[in-house]
Amino acid sequence: MNSKAAKGDWDSRIFDAINIALLVVFTLIIVVPLWNVLVSSFSSGRALAEGGFIFWPTELSLENYQAVFRDDGIWQAFFISVAKTLIGVITHVFFCAMVGYGLSKRYVRGRKFYVTMGVITMFFSGGMIPTYLLIKDLGMLNSFWVYIIPALLSFYDVIILMNFFRNVPDSLEESAKIDGGGDWRIFLSIFIPLSMPAMATIALFNGVGQWNDFMTTKLYITDQSLYPLQMMLYEIIVQSQTQSMQNAGSVVIETTTKGVQLATIVVTTLPIVVIYPILQRYFISGMMLGAVKE
Amino acid sequence: MAKTAEAPSATPAGTGAVLSSGKKPMGRRVKEFFVDFGRQWELQSMILPGVVFMFIFCYIPIYGLTIAFKSYTVIDTIDSAPWVGMDNFKIIMSDKYFWDSVVNTLGISFLKLAIGFVIPIILAIMIYEVSFGRFKKFVQTVSYLPHFLSWIVLGGMLITWFSTTGLFNQLLLSLGLISQPSNIMLDPNKYWWIATLSDIWKEAGWGTILYLAIMAKIDPTYYEAAKIDGASRLRQIWNITIPNMKMIISLNLILTVSGLLGSNLDQTLVLMNSQNREKAEVINSYVYRMGMTQGDFSYATAVGLGVSIVSVILLVTANKVTSKLNDNQSVL
Repeated sequence: MNSKAAKGDWDSRIFDAINIALLVVFTLIIVVPLWNVLVSSFSSGRALAEGGFIFWPTELSLENYQAVFRDDGIWQAFFISVAKTLIGVITHVFFCAMVGYGLSKRYVRGRKFYVTMGVITMFFSGGMIPTYLLIKDLGMLNSFWVYIIPALLSFYDVIILMNFFRNVPDSLEESAKIDGGGDWRIFLSIFIPLSMPAMATIALFNGVGQWNDFMTTKLYITDQSLYPLQMMLYEIIVQSQTQSMQNAGSVVIETTTKGVQLATIVVTTLPIVVIYPILQRYFISGMMLGAVKE
Repeated sequence: MAKTAEAPSATPAGTGAVLSSGKKPMGRRVKEFFVDFGRQWELQSMILPGVVFMFIFCYIPIYGLTIAFKSYTVIDTIDSAPWVGMDNFKIIMSDKYFWDSVVNTLGISFLKLAIGFVIPIILAIMIYEVSFGRFKKFVQTVSYLPHFLSWIVLGGMLITWFSTTGLFNQLLLSLGLISQPSNIMLDPNKYWWIATLSDIWKEAGWGTILYLAIMAKIDPTYYEAAKIDGASRLRQIWNITIPNMKMIISLNLILTVSGLLGSNLDQTLVLMNSQNREKAEVINSYVYRMGMTQGDFSYATAVGLGVSIVSVILLVTANKVTSKLNDNQSVL
């Protein structure tokens, strides 16, 4: 595909030049605002209030981060975020793999019924209020487990894993059966290790989802000690917005909360940005997992 | 639980196996089913927890939708609440705030559809056409990044960028496009655009992944042949690349159209403020407000149910229309 352009072909060269120029503009539209947020978080409150910088602050300072980390709340929220993401991902992937493995065997009795039941859940749901009432009746309001248990299964992920398990050669399983291994044994000691790439992809998407999720907290949690970073940030944002509207003239309040808000944004996003390049390798091939194998 | 979930499936699952070996009496088939079921207890023990999960977390809430036809108060259970028929839906019809939220949802969704649907296609083609490998990789890496930011983070960023001392105003001031900074987050008339463009900024790059994957599978000899025939690059894109993506574009279109009414709740909750509310409230945030903050569970559920029904109708219609366009091949 790289040889599409014949060398010396002027039309083609002009096309390339315009194409690359537009893509450079596109990358700048993404990079500049993100960079601006990052450097602004290292700006002093005074420089923030005056504005006027785009690429580099007029006054570098760590005061925003000091203010953020002085707050015990942020450490607690960070801990909750990490805990719910780690536990959530591991239990979700294992549970989906377990169900997916069972359903990958075409001879399983009741398979058609199970799959139909699952597919229906992909298109219909009770929606926000009936789900809230269920969570309430289950006594999971203000409980850490509301982050984990309702998120255990997603039928999309089950289908992806099911298709992946199908592609494992039958002979592996047969030899294990001859050695007397049961289904659980085969699943745990053969299929799980073989399916690491597929499971890593699902873990990645689920992990990002867990890390970024704040609706669960907003709906089911009022106890602040269970707030993850996203919810803390949300509260700061809402607070600063109402404040800035009430005290339209007061620059001081606006800038201190703005600085704290920026630092919290960076702290909240950092883990994703750090692991993103490592994970990027997986997710492109992972996107294709659900598709038909060649 | 296991038994009751099993019973209805006995017949359909059994028929497949039985068809070839002639007809067996019903009792025998049921018995065979349970014998097999017992032999497969290990596999069944993997599946059944999932079935129990789906029953509790998906099917009980679907049953809970009945409160849309009831008058539910906090002291009730779903079953004890009295039936009121279509009363909630009648109130919806004359609810001004509901219709405002419908207008906003449709307005924002159509903007997202009109602009946000085409941009990833163009972007994917542009990336595909780059022959310089490193640059290509770089553009892709950068363009996927915003997808991984949460709406809360992005909301915080937007508020900073658009504040009077923020990036947006600084840029416009230094370019001489404005003389006085202003905060467009507080301007209700700009909200639809903010919602649309920020969504595109976040998701456009991510949207290219599927298209790029499909394009990677196009047979390069098509391009060779076109080149020999003297086709320009734009011509090649128009006559080779785009026709090869028709199927996946239709599929994406169906999914987007069916999601028209489900405008992003996270986005709205973080970008909405007391100034822009009238233009920012979407159906989902209205459900949230009526149900969760005002406690009118039945009414909010009725709104949600109405939206789901319309969404399914949209899905079916979009599938019909696009299958007509794709020579009667259904995409779904």
